[in-house]
Amino acid sequence: MNPLAASPARLARVALPVLAALLVVPFVAAPYQTVLLCYGLVFAIAALGFNLLLGYTGLLSFGHSAFFGVGAYAVALIVKYLKISSMEAFVAGGILASALVAGLFGIVCVRYTRIYFGILTLALSQVLWSLAFKFFWVTGGSDGLRVPTPSLLGAAIPGRTDKIAFLANRYYFYVLAIFVVCVALMWVIVHSPFGKALQAIRDNETRAEFVGVQVHRYRWVAFVVSGVYTGLAGALWVPLNGLTTPDILHWTFSGKIVFFTVLGGFQTFFGPIVGAVIYNYLETYAVGHTVYWQLVLGVVLVVLVLVLPSGVVGTASRLGLWRRRAPSP
Amino acid sequence: MSLLETRQLTKYFGDTHAVDHVDFRVTEGEVLALIGSNGAGKTTLVNLISGLIRPDSGAIRFLDRDITGASIHEKIAAGIARSFQLVNLFDQLSTLDNLSLAVFAREGKTRKLFSLSDADTAVRDEAMTVLGQFGLAGKAEMAAGGLSQGERKLLDVAVAYALRPRLLFLDEPTSGVSTREKAPIMDVITSVVRAGKITAVIIEHDMDVVFTYCPRIVAMHQGTILADGTPDEIRGNEQVTANLLGTR
Repeated sequence: MNPLAASPARLARVALPVLAALLVVPFVAAPYQTVLLCYGLVFAIAALGFNLLLGYTGLLSFGHSAFFGVGAYAVALIVKYLKISSMEAFVAGGILASALVAGLFGIVCVRYTRIYFGILTLALSQVLWSLAFKFFWVTGGSDGLRVPTPSLLGAAIPGRTDKIAFLANRYYFYVLAIFVVCVALMWVIVHSPFGKALQAIRDNETRAEFVGVQVHRYRWVAFVVSGVYTGLAGALWVPLNGLTTPDILHWTFSGKIVFFTVLGGFQTFFGPIVGAVIYNYLETYAVGHTVYWQLVLGVVLVVLVLVLPSGVVGTASRLGLWRRRAPSP
Repeated sequence: MSLLETRQLTKYFGDTHAVDHVDFRVTEGEVLALIGSNGAGKTTLVNLISGLIRPDSGAIRFLDRDITGASIHEKIAAGIARSFQLVNLFDQLSTLDNLSLAVFAREGKTRKLFSLSDADTAVRDEAMTVLGQFGLAGKAEMAAGGLSQGERKLLDVAVAYALRPRLLFLDEPTSGVSTREKAPIMDVITSVVRAGKITAVIIEHDMDVVFTYCPRIVAMHQGTILADGTPDEIRGNEQVTANLLGTR
């Protein structure tokens, strides 16, 4: 994490062309492709939150499915019990519910690091998974809960009858706007004094204590922010999927979020975003082409760890740095 | 004026009496050395005072206030800082960020989530000034993990110094560096500490360093204080020469 990278101008140079390309997608790509990209952006928000813990605080969570699932189920329960289908209510509900759960889980988890932290987050997420299964009269059990197409911006943009057209256009732009805000906000957070304190904790917990950083408290705040990002992603995912089931609370979904981040590179800011989008395409096409899609993903993961341990973006950054440093002939 | 005082401070590790009913006093403004062979209890004493470990019994008073049970955070806020025998830095952060973080933490600014750290020019300027005092300004943008051992030792002390403590513990600031580098490192540290009117306790094994830079020396042996005096008094103390200096 190059300290020289903390420049808004540099961020704009990287982000604006990408944003321009993302804005054009619905006008040039097939609706299916746009919806697929929309899934990728939603997963990218989750990965961005996850990486605040892994890349910046040094904590590997295997329980982020809990927050994604809580965000998704909060939306489904708002629909079921409050009969509301406003996207703003979904977003607010997802954020509040995931903040609450992350706050509670964080109290227990941030006291531990390394494998203990990972196992604890995994165990707590599995508790939620089993609750979602058992309390079927509330959660729908293994059938899950359906979520209708929401209205956007109050009732200004109602959910249309042509669901795919709605998701590939208006909903895509809605998700894109939230994605941009999430990226900008996270960029500020990791380059803030608080972000530096998290990186200090990651590098040397004892020394961080001895400069006056209250390690557990800072980890807890990072845990909650991370959980809220992932919960927000869950809330945005449900209208896309139209249904939430206990599968997204299962630890294997946490494994996917880890995969996104490792694929893109957890030591770079943009790595988890790129990793989430690539993974989404990879899984979708692997599932579409072979029944052995899990084998394909497994091979990718093994190759990734052996050949590109710093991920796609990490490797690209290193190659770029190497080319800039190489003497011109 | 007595800045720090321990009364009957005790820490056992199993059957080992690491620190055994130690009465230790530090006066404001002095630079004193804590000497002793390996296992004498020097680092344990500093760990107890700085809050890394809790004492079994006894009391620690700082500025006439009991801080025996205070947390590390509270002790830092009270004005006690320390460096480490084995260098403890934030290796992936730049040298400047190591220093900036200490300044941010001292000013309570690490709680800020929504402002860019680089935009705080006052903190950046202060961190650069401290780096300059320690001769590290030219390494500001280099990752701390890439510095030489001597530079890492200096940065370790600089990070503690940037907290503007009233009492600074330096745990073997010249260990692991070449004999040639020791004097320049100690010159920098003692001049900065004296200019900042900071009281310093230096744990050190190298007697040449101790006798050159520290007007008061406290010698420890097997968890107790063996002697306390000027360099000449310590040189002339038979128990010290027999147990620590290796001569009679």
